[in-house]
Amino acid sequence: MVPLNWYIWLSGVLFCVGMFGFITRRNLIIMLLSVEIMFNAVNISLVAFSHYMEDLTGQILVFMIIAVAAAEAAIGLALVIALFRNKETITVDEFNEMRG
Amino acid sequence: MTLANLRPMAPELILIALGLVLLMLDLICRKKEMLAIVTLIGAILAFYFIKGSHGGLFDGMFIADLYSNFFKTVFIINLLLSTLISVKYLDTERALHGEYYALLVFATVGMMTMASAGNLIVLYLGLELMSLSIYVLCGFLRNNIKSTESAIKYFLLGAFSTAILLYAISLLYGSTGSTDFNKIANAVAVMGAGAALKPLLLFSVALFVTAVGFKIAAVPFHMWSPDVYEGAPTSVTAFMSVGPKAAGFAIIGKIFFVAIFGLHVEWVKLLIPISVATMITGNVLAISQTNIKRMLAYSSIAHAGYALLGILTADGDGLTAAMNYMLIYMFMNVGAFAVVIMLRTEDFAGDELKDYLGLAKTHPLAAFLMMIFMFSLTGIPPTAGFIGKFYIFTALIHSGQLKLAVAGVLISVISAFFYLRVVMYMYMKDPEVETPVSDSLYLKVALAISVVMVIVIGVFPGKFIEFAKASLILQ
Repeated sequence: MVPLNWYIWLSGVLFCVGMFGFITRRNLIIMLLSVEIMFNAVNISLVAFSHYMEDLTGQILVFMIIAVAAAEAAIGLALVIALFRNKETITVDEFNEMRG
Repeated sequence: MTLANLRPMAPELILIALGLVLLMLDLICRKKEMLAIVTLIGAILAFYFIKGSHGGLFDGMFIADLYSNFFKTVFIINLLLSTLISVKYLDTERALHGEYYALLVFATVGMMTMASAGNLIVLYLGLELMSLSIYVLCGFLRNNIKSTESAIKYFLLGAFSTAILLYAISLLYGSTGSTDFNKIANAVAVMGAGAALKPLLLFSVALFVTAVGFKIAAVPFHMWSPDVYEGAPTSVTAFMSVGPKAAGFAIIGKIFFVAIFGLHVEWVKLLIPISVATMITGNVLAISQTNIKRMLAYSSIAHAGYALLGILTADGDGLTAAMNYMLIYMFMNVGAFAVVIMLRTEDFAGDELKDYLGLAKTHPLAAFLMMIFMFSLTGIPPTAGFIGKFYIFTALIHSGQLKLAVAGVLISVISAFFYLRVVMYMYMKDPEVETPVSDSLYLKVALAISVVMVIVIGVFPGKFIEFAKASLILQ
């Protein structure tokens, strides 16, 4: 059996990959994808904890996260489309209407 | 389970029904003002039902107690005031879509769920219901580039902070074996303080501080808030500068004061630099702003810092003071935004500082109200803002944090500069342009409620302090 530690490290590394992508990439869609990677990293750790502690709560939370993340992605993409109609770009560096 | 068993969550159920009714009414109702009236009636009904809500539901996942009822009162008054100031504003901005009121209502339900959560899962769901509704509200002026830009900024950083919160939840679940606040508290107590603590648990505390910091816009997690507050429709800015912030403090009470109270030495250490940095940054950066919405955004960052000072005491007095501060902050902040909205007319934006030049000569009443709100935000007696700060600093001194109390008072002196500058512009300069102000009856009602509450709390604070004190969960 794979030890719990491995899963925790996997989820930690995946979380950092998502965070790194979110901070370095400048394309809105890629940034959205990076956040999804972070969510899924959390899901891995929750399922692993849940399995090793023989407690189902963690897996219930995972279902909730998956459902809400889908709603979040829908809203995010809708906002990206609204923005593209106004500005014809999805590079975050060019969103500089407000300063100070 | 019968309907009567659901009595503890009656306010939420009423508001959810109200939101659905609003969505349906939007299809058949041509006059959008009707929707605002329906929202007001529904919210008052829900408000009426708060008082009798008491008890746990769904195996302790949802708890209606005096603590959550205090916050629900704040959220519903916030909903009422925001609805009142929106009616005319939406007309001016030509954004008459009925979903607006439904989204306000759903966001409020999300906040109420957060305040009532007895379990991390419910807390997460409430938080997302609130956040998702507010992302859409920020981008409500679809053809306005600033509005969509502010929505996307809020969305990206909001989703990022949610991911961090989830990671914190997962690590807390992993190290304590439960998502129920009371069970987590027991597990943390068993593990004991200090050396025996698991590193995972400490890491989770740090992540919680980060995630909550994003939600209440504490430095260094405040970057999103000035842009979002400036770009969002003004009525939404008023709504979201109070609601999510108060909800953030509601979950601070739930997580920090119940679930991981055993680790209070650790989280107080993390929060001290954050709260001091928040006060300094908010007040100093507000000085150089020329846009009044942006100035109020920085001021709202600074106010989160003052309220955090109350949390730092890690005792009941401090939490009471912070809760009380949120109640007071709501009236003065929504009031200030209501004056900003009052100046918004067909061809006049009214959100630059220079638009306030000589306002006392052209519109004495608007200028007078703005002056009261600015005095209250500064913390000058006999306004409510003074009472809020007074109780925060008293709680700090009682818990022996003298240095922090002195720092807080000194930093709040800076804020007098930019708040009183608005007053100086209004009263001591000559007007450049003459513009009409909005004559909406709804707006006037909202302004009247805010200004009366600011003065009443300032002169007779006793009742309100007792209300906050009686609402504490931890004794």
